Amino acid sequence: MSALRQIAFYGKGGIGKSTTSQNTLAALAEMGQKILIVGCDPKADSTRLILHAKAQDTVLSLAAEAGSVEDLEIEDVLKFGYRDIKCTESGGPEPGVGCAGRGVITAINFLEENGAYDDMDYVSYDVLGDVVCGGFAMPIRENKAQEIYIVMSGEMMAMYAANNISKGILKYANAGGVRLGGLICNERQTDKELELAEALAKKLNTQLIHFVPRDNVVQHAELRRMTVLEYAPDSKQAEEYRQLAQKIHANAGKGTIPTPITMDELEDLLLEFGVMEQVDESIVGKAAAAA
Amino acid sequence: MTTDVKARNKEVIEEVLAVYPEKSAKKRVKHLNVHEEGKPDCGVKSNIKSLPGVMTIRGCAYAGSKGVVWGPIKDMIHISHGPVGCGQYSWASRRNYFIGVTGVNAFGTMQFTSDFQEKDIVFGGDKKLDKLMDEIEGLFPLNKGITVQSECPIGLIGDDIEAVSKKKAKQIGKTIVPVRCEGFRGVSQSLGHHIANDAVRDWVLEGAGAAEKLKEFESTPYDVAIIGDYNIGGDAWSSRILLEEMGLRVIAQWSGDGTLKEMEATPKAKLNLIHCYRSMNYISRYMEEKYGIPWHEYNFFGPTKIAESLRAIAAHFDGKIQEGAERVIAKYQPMVDAVVAKYKPRLDGKTVMLYVGGLRPRHVIGAYEDLGMEIAGTGYEFGHNDDYQRTTHYVKDGTLIYDDVTSFELEKFVEKIKPDLVGSGIKEKYVFQKMGVPFRQMHSWDYSGPYHGYDGFAIFARDMDMAINSPVWSMTKAPWKK
Repeated sequence: MSALRQIAFYGKGGIGKSTTSQNTLAALAEMGQKILIVGCDPKADSTRLILHAKAQDTVLSLAAEAGSVEDLEIEDVLKFGYRDIKCTESGGPEPGVGCAGRGVITAINFLEENGAYDDMDYVSYDVLGDVVCGGFAMPIRENKAQEIYIVMSGEMMAMYAANNISKGILKYANAGGVRLGGLICNERQTDKELELAEALAKKLNTQLIHFVPRDNVVQHAELRRMTVLEYAPDSKQAEEYRQLAQKIHANAGKGTIPTPITMDELEDLLLEFGVMEQVDESIVGKAAAAA
Repeated sequence: MTTDVKARNKEVIEEVLAVYPEKSAKKRVKHLNVHEEGKPDCGVKSNIKSLPGVMTIRGCAYAGSKGVVWGPIKDMIHISHGPVGCGQYSWASRRNYFIGVTGVNAFGTMQFTSDFQEKDIVFGGDKKLDKLMDEIEGLFPLNKGITVQSECPIGLIGDDIEAVSKKKAKQIGKTIVPVRCEGFRGVSQSLGHHIANDAVRDWVLEGAGAAEKLKEFESTPYDVAIIGDYNIGGDAWSSRILLEEMGLRVIAQWSGDGTLKEMEATPKAKLNLIHCYRSMNYISRYMEEKYGIPWHEYNFFGPTKIAESLRAIAAHFDGKIQEGAERVIAKYQPMVDAVVAKYKPRLDGKTVMLYVGGLRPRHVIGAYEDLGMEIAGTGYEFGHNDDYQRTTHYVKDGTLIYDDVTSFELEKFVEKIKPDLVGSGIKEKYVFQKMGVPFRQMHSWDYSGPYHGYDGFAIFARDMDMAINSPVWSMTKAPWKK
């Protein structure tokens, strides 16, 4: 058996991290890989398509019921889904209370200490959109995830987020061993999207590992709480995810230390591809009436 | 003091600074000085963050609120809200004496904590706080109210303790005070005092029904409040009797042996008498602005300052009170004379170095001088510039001044200056006793006290004599090294 691959999917909120990761991981499972998905989002929806249901028994909700995380058994929190993919969710507080970041740390430590990673080929972390505090940076910081895949699109904010996540990776790349595995572009049909994604990847010293075209079959599958791989295994889109899975599988040890760019450089890039227009400095900060 | 002493003190400062890395020395030099007579303050910077890497003697904002300002209010229950450690280590107060039956109508020596576990951090502790308040109400129904003393995690996870407090106050029908005194706020316990004062203002003096409660209070022209006396070893009691003997009525003690009702009634005082300026000037200033109550700083350490203070307090009132002050001073004079006659010959010319908090680095100086002793050095843990301004009225030219002194500096200073007595806290006590230097704890009065008032002075004199002239100090050298 080859060494455990610990990967993580990051990216702007709403970009399709959970959908992309679950489809890709389903394809990896098809290839015979043994997979554990660790959802690191209080919403606990990172494993929905694999389990055909929202995971109810999250690590933290069970821990809160039992008293503390030490009172839990690993079997209580592990669920088996499509092609025996093991799933678990950290869970966390409802919005506006407590500290979800601390919850992620607690949950991951519990899983690791209790042997959830034994005999796995892949552990995949799905982390919520905005890395708002130390807790959500935990998979990067503690060297839990060794390869980070950033899900993005040709939209400006998605690219900003990708660049920011690269900064986070860089911060811990030298101390730990975390590397950027590549960008995954989820097509939004913006202008020159492929070229722009490739240009950004180059600037960040990484690769555009795959360009996932837009296809409504993904939504049809999601409505049935399924991955495309399971819902329509013969579809073109399923084939795309298979290609992505193969590329990730072949990408072992090829991650790079990213070279995040400045805001100015990023804006220049967007200007170059016509995503952003040159700002007329004389109108900045002026209200309609004053202009 | 002679120029020799000044030169030596300057040299000592140079010596301790030489040990620090350049960057640290540059910062510490601003906190150390030799006092020059005639200057407006002691020439040191203060209320600045302590240096990383040094051993500072300071506390935190939680200590300032729970330990100092709120803790002594005896008929309220003070919850240490957060993980158990802060509550455990602040259990049982600072020897704030009180009258009452513990667990029935007084709770000062008990410890209440929400004992945060990991799940409370992750999911928030508001529900637990809510439940805790119900439990308190069920177990101790004679409590007059509750305060929530926030430990660090409360601020970090953003719990809404104000909402819980409001809701429970309505349900239970008692005063509930949320205090945002998370330990990471500010540079020392000083900000905790300020935050606690503000909580008194917002949740007690301006709290629900405050105006109605005030109307019920029957006042007299001679009503005063003691502010900033924590009744360490009974200090407030030995102060209160003097005020009462001169004809005043003490309507509140803040906060030693104090009650919520006394706090609520304080806006009816004719004069606020403030002993610890540092920890309670904020609320005094507020009452001055809001209710027009003047405040007067007094000093009840040692007969000279006591007499001065009694006369100054009396000057705020009519001839009857002024006569009363003279009568009190005359009454205690024979006792003072006897104490001085007994102890001055044993203590005359002895030198003292102080390092304390609040008001004591300056206020106790008069008491030592009444016994013929001299202050060689003094400093504040968490003083501000206005404290150092006030200190100039007490210290002599050439006194060594050290702000937020590090344990290294204080040790070196004592080693070089060789005072006959060091007065500081429990953390310092054994260091100096092992060096063979007599020591008195000047926070807790070394489990003695009171030291305030005429009665306190007699105990103070005895304690200082006991420390300095104990035969044990002649035995600290090995016989073969004599």
